[in-house]
Amino acid sequence: MTPTMSKPKKSNDSKSLPEGFTPEQLLKLYRNMVTIRAFDQRQLNLQRSGRIGFCVVSTGEEAVQAAVTAALNDTDWLFPYYRQHGMLLCRGASVESLANQLYGNDQDHAMARQMPVHYTDKEKHFVSLSSVIGTHLIHAVGAAMAAQYKGDDTVMATFIGDGGTSSNDFHSALTFAGVYKPPVVMYIINNKYAISHPVSEQCGAESLHIKGEGYGVPSVKVDGNDVIAVYEASKNAADKARRGEGPTLIECETYRMGAHSSSDDPTRYRSQDEMDEAAKKDPVTRFANQLKNWGLLDDVADKTLWDEIETMVVDQTNEAEKHGEPAWETLFDDVYAKVPESLARQRDELMARESDFPRENEGEFPL
Amino acid sequence: MATKTLLQGINDALITEMERDENVVVFGEDVGINEGVFRATSDLQKKFGKKRAYSTPLTESGIIGAAAGMSLYGLRPVPEIQFADFIYPAFDQIVSEVAKFRFRSGGQYPCPMVIRTPYGGGIRGGLYHSQSPEAYFTHTPGLQVVIPSTPSDAKGLLASAIRGDDPVIFMEPKKIYRSLKGDVPEGDYTVPIGPARIAKHGTDVSLFCYGAMVPVCETAAEKAKEKLGVDVEIVDLRTLYPMDEKSIIESVEKTGRALVVYEAPKTCGYGSEVAALIAERALDSLEAPVVRVGGFDTPFPYTLEKIYVPDALRVFLAIQDVVNYA
Ligand SMILES: Cc1ncc(C[n+]2csc(CCOP(=O)(O)OP(=O)(O)O)c2C)c(N)n1
Repeated sequence: MTPTMSKPKKSNDSKSLPEGFTPEQLLKLYRNMVTIRAFDQRQLNLQRSGRIGFCVVSTGEEAVQAAVTAALNDTDWLFPYYRQHGMLLCRGASVESLANQLYGNDQDHAMARQMPVHYTDKEKHFVSLSSVIGTHLIHAVGAAMAAQYKGDDTVMATFIGDGGTSSNDFHSALTFAGVYKPPVVMYIINNKYAISHPVSEQCGAESLHIKGEGYGVPSVKVDGNDVIAVYEASKNAADKARRGEGPTLIECETYRMGAHSSSDDPTRYRSQDEMDEAAKKDPVTRFANQLKNWGLLDDVADKTLWDEIETMVVDQTNEAEKHGEPAWETLFDDVYAKVPESLARQRDELMARESDFPRENEGEFPL
Repeated sequence: MATKTLLQGINDALITEMERDENVVVFGEDVGINEGVFRATSDLQKKFGKKRAYSTPLTESGIIGAAAGMSLYGLRPVPEIQFADFIYPAFDQIVSEVAKFRFRSGGQYPCPMVIRTPYGGGIRGGLYHSQSPEAYFTHTPGLQVVIPSTPSDAKGLLASAIRGDDPVIFMEPKKIYRSLKGDVPEGDYTVPIGPARIAKHGTDVSLFCYGAMVPVCETAAEKAKEKLGVDVEIVDLRTLYPMDEKSIIESVEKTGRALVVYEAPKTCGYGSEVAALIAERALDSLEAPVVRVGGFDTPFPYTLEKIYVPDALRVFLAIQDVVNYA
């Protein structure tokens, strides 16, 4: 049974501000969306010019990330996959800290162990993610069960793509969420593609959110390009979870405007017409127009904001580029709480011969 | 003969075998219209249609479980797992089901299929786009495990795997997918599963290796000749299970010194099995301890990949240790 959640008010065309928002809140949402867009643009430039090895952008999904962060408390935990880095920015993480991860330098929170876009930030309650699709959903449910056990009012939010709804642990997460009713909000980011695979061939059901119903998890679908709609659905779900009334599954319908990653060429599997059509629904432009309608933004202020943010993004990514790589011996830390003897020997043997190995001219034979 | 990359060798085998046997079907994530994220399945959907070459939903256990059912019913499925790092969601299907069907049914329900998957380092893929999980599968009775290192072996071994009667984990060294070119016979061509390949004959020390470590060992061997005057024999194992015990023992009997080189974490890696075999069967021939050169016992790192994966220098230094052993 899908409970009917309050339908978001028609915020789009209306001249009056959406109910319950201050101008500051709305402008902050927009600033966050612009920051995500600008950061993603910068990632692409850095990747194309060979300064970072790989990147994933979230272009088209800024509204979801800004709205969800705004609707949650900053102490709620996030269990993301690789396309929610914008939420880190919304929670105030610096562009430089994200860029440290992309560069894989010695300032990265996780010692440059993971490939680009696999962030970890404990201070921002952004839980370490793997590349393996779907595995983290059940972690969010388990963490929510733990919060429930301890009587804390922390809510867990977790995210999965349309492709990821076919993964094994999407099923286990909904199974546990339905049975134990812990304070978790599960988001499906339906951006229509899993790399090249269209959502129409991912799932035989008419929509993805209805998958929650079979597990007893109340489910709802929202327009993921409408920041106000996502905010309201999220706020409802988070408040409900905090009241002890259990989990919610929210499908955000959106579109992956960019390539899957810097390794992907979307022209192989989708048409330019389709991409042009989707670009018309760009959530950043759409929200800018709304703000202009409400008298909160004009072209001059918009340009000033963009200039300010783009400059900041360039400056901070350049800062990250200055740092070196982690020391070799750090490779052997954190595999276990305490380095086992056999591993310590591997480390010591390597370090004893460190001078035999070239630091520069990787791949060149020095002898 | 045509000059092809290892990737083209794979693609050639898929096309040739699909033409030869209409029961061969290919599927997996992004293998249809996108022709695989590495393009190993180029032209398959164009040539054979969506019925025989298609993209599936994102579920590895689904892919392998469905392949098992198809196999039981008489098809020859060749499912792709996009990266070996993502084979674990299908581990249960592979290890509990596919590997054991023949045995548990008293031979009535064999379950042949070829699970193709790119493995290993070399693309700066960090923890989850770089792993070498071969030892999990060589440790599982019922599975054959094959890793080619040349374009022609890629074609010939894959063709044999598809025609064979047992399930095969066919691991493709993605680091050398495109960098390595070689002559590949046209049309019908097979290389038998089982025998190792002597990649280079030598008399002083044996290097056992497979996949992307073969070219690394070749460079190390050249340097050993040049700098140490040591004549290295390189044995490309290429079929990990069944293991070519005879070739391994014969090589050690000839050289008296042995190293095993692999990318996976050293402890309990496949090279440990090779070392144990030599200890059991060729101890009297040994003039130095058998040395394993492997990845470190840590997860696969991003920035420090360059020190993690054995390179020619590390192999060279190990050769030096082994030949200097008094
Ligand atoms: C278990 C697993 N299988 C395959 C992959 C390779 N892979 C990476 S992303 C991806 C598609 C994911 O699509 P979706 O869940 O819709 O998220 P999106 O990238 O569209 O945001 C695939 C198949 C993986 N990372 N993990």
